[in-house]
Amino acid sequence: MAVRFLKQFATPTPTTRYYSSQVKKCTLIPGDGIGPEISAAVQKIFAAANVPIEWESVDVTPVRGPDGTFGIPQKAIDSVNRNKIGLKGPLMTPVGKGHRSLNLALRKEFNLYANVRPCRSLKGYKTLYDNVDVVTIRENTEGEYSGIEHEIVDGVVQSIKLITEDASMRVAEFAFKYVIENKRRKLTAVHKANIMRMSDGLFLRCCREVAKKFPDVKFEEKYLDTVCLNMVQDPSKYDVLVMPNLYGDILSDMCAGLVGGLGLTPSGNIGLNGALFESVHGTAPDIAGQDKANPTALLLSAVMMLRYMGFHDHAQVIETACFNTIAEAKYLTGDLGGKAKCSEFTNAICQKVASK
Amino acid sequence: MSLISRNVFRFLQQGSVNLAARNYQSTAANLGERPDTRVHCTLIPGDGVGPELVYAVQEVFKAIGAPVDFEPYFLSEVNPSLSVPLEKVAASINKNRVCLKGILATPDYSNTGEAQTLNMKLRHALDLYANVVHVKSLPGINSRHTNVDCVIIREQTEGEYSALEHETVKGVVECLKIVTAKKSERIAKFAFDYATKHKRKKVTAVHKANIMKLGDGLFLRSCEEIAKLYPKIEFDKMIVDNCTMQMVSKPEQFDVMVTPNLYGNIVDNLGSGLVGGAGVVAGASYSSKCVVFEPGARHTFSEAVGKNLANPTAMFLCGANLLHHVNLSTYSEMIKDAVNTVLKEGKIRTKDVGGQSSTKEFTFAVINKLEESRL
Repeated sequence: MAVRFLKQFATPTPTTRYYSSQVKKCTLIPGDGIGPEISAAVQKIFAAANVPIEWESVDVTPVRGPDGTFGIPQKAIDSVNRNKIGLKGPLMTPVGKGHRSLNLALRKEFNLYANVRPCRSLKGYKTLYDNVDVVTIRENTEGEYSGIEHEIVDGVVQSIKLITEDASMRVAEFAFKYVIENKRRKLTAVHKANIMRMSDGLFLRCCREVAKKFPDVKFEEKYLDTVCLNMVQDPSKYDVLVMPNLYGDILSDMCAGLVGGLGLTPSGNIGLNGALFESVHGTAPDIAGQDKANPTALLLSAVMMLRYMGFHDHAQVIETACFNTIAEAKYLTGDLGGKAKCSEFTNAICQKVASK
Repeated sequence: MSLISRNVFRFLQQGSVNLAARNYQSTAANLGERPDTRVHCTLIPGDGVGPELVYAVQEVFKAIGAPVDFEPYFLSEVNPSLSVPLEKVAASINKNRVCLKGILATPDYSNTGEAQTLNMKLRHALDLYANVVHVKSLPGINSRHTNVDCVIIREQTEGEYSALEHETVKGVVECLKIVTAKKSERIAKFAFDYATKHKRKKVTAVHKANIMKLGDGLFLRSCEEIAKLYPKIEFDKMIVDNCTMQMVSKPEQFDVMVTPNLYGNIVDNLGSGLVGGAGVVAGASYSSKCVVFEPGARHTFSEAVGKNLANPTAMFLCGANLLHHVNLSTYSEMIKDAVNTVLKEGKIRTKDVGGQSSTKEFTFAVINKLEESRL
C-alpha cells in the first residue's frame, strides 16, 4: 500500500519532460534572402515571451564534401540530430548548380516523413474564403516524388510512383494521433484509388486499418478531385486531410491560396529523428534586407514547434498576440496591404506578448 | 396466243414502271419527313444522376425539334451485367462521330481484377486524347469569383492513368506514369490549335518538372517545342502546386491551360468549383475523328439518384455544344440563351447553386423560355 503510494509520486508524469523551467536547445537555420530578418523577428518575440529556448544558429550553405559533392555541412546535421528540433527559414535552391535541393537533403537526412500544414483564415486579412480551417498532412518520403525515372526508348519516359505499406501506415498513424492531440473533428483520407487501384489502394487500406485502432476519430475517404471541387466551394467541409506526396503538395498550396498565400501558413515536418519547422515561402530576394518582409509564416511555424515541444502556454500567448496584431490591422506589412515595416510588426507583437 | 403473251408482257412492264414510280415517290416522302441531314448521336446515360440529366436534355431537344436521333447505350462499370459491351458502344461512336455521355462511376475495386477502368478503356478504344473543359463564370450563379474564363486542355490517354501497377514485394507497390514525346506534342499542338481557333492569347503548360525532371520535363519540352511554331500565342509555364494556388486566388490570369492527365483532373475540378460546381461546367473529349460531350467535372452525384435534385445545366451546355459541333448553331444558341436567361432570372435554381427547385422544374423553365423565344 505504502509502496504504491510512494510509487505514484516517484513515477514522473509525461509533462515533466517538458517542464518549462528547463531550457531546451533548438537549432535555427535562418536561411537566405529575407530569412535572417524574419528569424531575428521570431527570436525577438520569443525573448519577449520568455520562452525557455536557447537557439543554436547554424549555416547550411552547401560545402564540398570529401567525395567532391556538395552537401549540408556536418555541423548543421549534428546540431539538429543533437537537439532533435529545428526551425528553418526559406532556403534558396540554385537551379542547375549540380547539387540537389537542400530542402530535399534535409528531409532525407532527418527522415522527415510527415509534412503538416495548418491553414486558417486570419481575421484582418480578408480573402474570398473566410471560414478556412484545415490541416493537410502529407506523406513526404515516397509516392510520385520517389525520384525513380528513366527513359525507356527515345521519347518514352517512365516515372515510378512508389507506395509502401510502412510509410503509409506511419503517416496514417501520425495523422490519427494529430487529430486526437489537437482535438480536431475528423480525418479525411484523400486518394485516387479509383484510378490507381493498387498504389493508392494500398495507401487507403493502411488508413482504414489504422482507423480501426482509433474508433473515436471520425474517418472518411474522398477522391482527390472531389476534395478539390468541394474545397473551393465550401472549405469548412474538411478538417484534417491525410494523403500521399503529390496530392499533399498540391492541396497544401491550394489551401494556402485560400487563406492568402504562403506568407501566412506555417509548416512542420515530423520525422523519425526529430522535427523541423519551416516557412515554405520563397526567399524574396527583391525585398531582402529592407525590413519589409512578413515574419508571420515563420512565427506560426515556431508556434507549432512550441506545441510540439509541449510549451502550450507560450504557444497560445504568442499565437494570440500575432493574430490580434493582424486583426487590428495597424501594423501590417506590405504583402497584407499595409505599410508597416517588419520591425514595427514585430514590436507590436512583442508588446502584446509582454503585456500578458 | 401471241397477242396474249404480248399483252401480258406489256402489263408486266407497265406494272414495274408504276412500281418504280411509287417507290420513288415514297422515298421522296420519307426524305421530307426524315431528311438525311438528321444527326445520329450515340448516347451513354452513365451512372448516378446521368440518366435523369440525359432525359432532361432529350426533352429540351424535343421541345425545339432539334434534328438529332439518339442511339442510347447503357454502359456502366458498377452494373456490369446490364452494361452493353464496350466494342458495340465504341463502334457506334466511331460511326456517328458524336456522343453525349453522362458520367461513369469508377469504383476503387474491379470485378474482373483489371486495373483499367471503363472510362480509360473507352478513351483508349476511341483514342480520345484531348479533354477540353471551358470554365466560365455563368450569370446568376453566386460564386466567389466572377470573371473566370479559362479553358483546360488535358491529355487523357497516358500519364498517371496508365493502369500499370504491380506489387514488387508485399507492401511495396509501384505505379508507372508514362509520358511520351509523341502524345505530349500531340496535346500541345491541340492546345495551340484550339487557342488559335478560338482567338485565345495565352497557353499555360502546367507541370511538375522540378521534381519529375524526366517525365514532366519531357512534357514541358514538347510544349516548348510546339510553342515555337505559334509565335502569335504567348506561352507560359507553371508548376502545378503554384497553379492551384493562383487558381483559387487569381483565376482571371489564366487563358488556355495544357496539362498532363492527373493535373488536368485536379485543375478541372478546381476550376469547376470556382464557378459553381460540378453541375454547371460542360466539357468534351476529342479524338482526331469523334467527339464525346460530357460534363467537365466528373462526379456521378450518386447520393441524389432519383431525388430529382441534380443540376442539368452542365448537360444542357454539353447538348448545346454538341449541336454547335454538328453545324446546328441556331439550335445551340437557342438552348444556351434559354439556360442563361433562366439562370440570370434566378427564380428557378437547383439546390447546388443555392435554390430549392428540382431538376424537372429547371428543365421546364428552360423549355418554357425556348417556347417563348420561338413565338
